Amino acid sequence: MLQIGLSHYLSVAAILFTLGLFGIFLNRKNVIIILMSIELMLLAVNINLVAFSTHLNDLVGQIFALFVLTVAAAEAAIGLAILVAYYRNRGSIAVEDISMMKG
Amino acid sequence: MIVQALVFYLFAAVAVGAGVMVISARNPVHSVLFLILAFFNSAGLFVLMGAEFLAMILVIVYVGAVAVLFLFVVMMLDINVVALRHGMLQYLPIGAIVGLVLFAELILVFGSWVVAPTAQTSIMAPIPAIDAVSNSHALGLLIYTDYAYLFQTAGLILLVAMVGAIVLTLRRREGVRRQKISVQVARRSDTSIEVVKVPSGSGI
Repeated sequence: MLQIGLSHYLSVAAILFTLGLFGIFLNRKNVIIILMSIELMLLAVNINLVAFSTHLNDLVGQIFALFVLTVAAAEAAIGLAILVAYYRNRGSIAVEDISMMKG
Repeated sequence: MIVQALVFYLFAAVAVGAGVMVISARNPVHSVLFLILAFFNSAGLFVLMGAEFLAMILVIVYVGAVAVLFLFVVMMLDINVVALRHGMLQYLPIGAIVGLVLFAELILVFGSWVVAPTAQTSIMAPIPAIDAVSNSHALGLLIYTDYAYLFQTAGLILLVAMVGAIVLTLRRREGVRRQKISVQVARRSDTSIEVVKVPSGSGI
């Protein structure tokens, strides 16, 4: 219990990932919370990568986590930009309103 | 050892609690703030695992950039939170079922899983001793040599994301009078001055 090993970190990551998935179901009308849930899931993936990197004594896992971080930042920026553009056109961000291909 | 365990449980508990609050907070602004808390505590976990550089990057990139971006957007959009939360409990059971199934699967995988004995032979880049080369230094030695192309590609992705975000949110409003500096600078005397011969005593 007091010896912190790989399984502890994997458990935390699993809980965070499940929370992110649960958040998508729970707040399925609010796009902003869905984006935040996706960030939470990506964070859990990063914790997994770093935990394995430390456990297997291989630095490449941390480099992969770095690239995941980059893509996550780009994804958040683009997602929020789309959200702002959408809100400007329609005046709402409810998910069920997002059903038209043409604005 | 006991200090490490206590710090781990503190960081893990706060991160998980903040994660719960992110998806259940009433106000989206509070969700963003709890997201920041979750990121800070995960950075603490990273430090505990010996990945200091990633921990600092997490704080700088996520807390400094992404979370602030979320905060701006949440405050900028005038959303009716109550209407968005309506019918939230309707999706609670199916969400709970899917979440529990996934969590059970993950726990089953983690419970029955061992590292292959041959894994030690397939290490790409062993982590050097921390007193010889620091974590940031070791990462830099790898990123700028073996992974240089991937590093450049990551920069390119960020550039494309930046240009895309600007293109998506830039808007030209109609009927707004703006200062056009290029037109002002390009003015010449023959387009702006008219010389009129005025006959004396008659005015223009």
